[in-house]
Amino acid sequence: MKNLFAFLFGALFSVGLMVSGMSNPKKVLDFLDLFGDWDASLAFVMMGAIAVAFIPFQKALRTAQPKTVFNEPIDLPKNNQIDKKLITGAVLFGAGWGIAGICPAPSFTLIGLGHYQVLYFIVAMLVGVWIHRKWSGA
Amino acid sequence: MHDFLIAFIGGLMLGLSVVGYLYVNGRIAGISGLIGQVLNSKTMFKTPAIWFLLGLILTPFIYGLFVQPEIELNASPLMMIVAGLLVGFGTRLGSGCTSGHGICGISRLSKRSIIATMTFMFAGFVAVYIIRHITGAF
Repeated sequence: MKNLFAFLFGALFSVGLMVSGMSNPKKVLDFLDLFGDWDASLAFVMMGAIAVAFIPFQKALRTAQPKTVFNEPIDLPKNNQIDKKLITGAVLFGAGWGIAGICPAPSFTLIGLGHYQVLYFIVAMLVGVWIHRKWSGA
Repeated sequence: MHDFLIAFIGGLMLGLSVVGYLYVNGRIAGISGLIGQVLNSKTMFKTPAIWFLLGLILTPFIYGLFVQPEIELNASPLMMIVAGLLVGFGTRLGSGCTSGHGICGISRLSKRSIIATMTFMFAGFVAVYIIRHITGAF
């Protein structure tokens, strides 16, 4: 039952990406092209998402032991450290995002839309995750 | 409909999805994090991550039958491989991507996620600036 919900949330996320334009790499690059012909529209994706998520997330944070609708614990990140790993990781991710205009979620929507050349990106991304695991010894 | 409004509506869907995943499945819907869970034999079936990702991947096959979202993917295979490696490694090192740090993290008002988001956006701006305005590619 919960897995079915997870599937439906993934489906909704997918539709959100396709409706908003986030699944279009060209549009993402136009959004990141601050010094060119800037397309600001994707900033509104973030605003829409946060407009919905802000209060529920804050409510979970401000509850001592937040519970799901199935009365199970809600798992929120506890790490608050701003360290070299966070910054280096964000720089590398941002650089990759700016090169192809693809971040992890939209890469998956592009397969079903028939843009199979995205598999170069996806396979490389999975290899990148694997390299990180070997390198960090986790 | 104006681009900004469509983007905002898509964003609302993304927000609903991450709130649903938090309150039903008890977890943060950060796509790079979900990939990490699925690629780890210890957590592969312990979290609903695989179901969320399946929803994300399969939905465009059906959505695409009714609407063909505008997609322009111009990156060469080599660029996609480089980008994929950076995105895979960077999101694991920095513990998140556009969804985990961007949507969920900012909604939590996590200082760590706000700094990560500003950093990867900035790196994206720089990458696009170099590629479009210095090398002159698309």
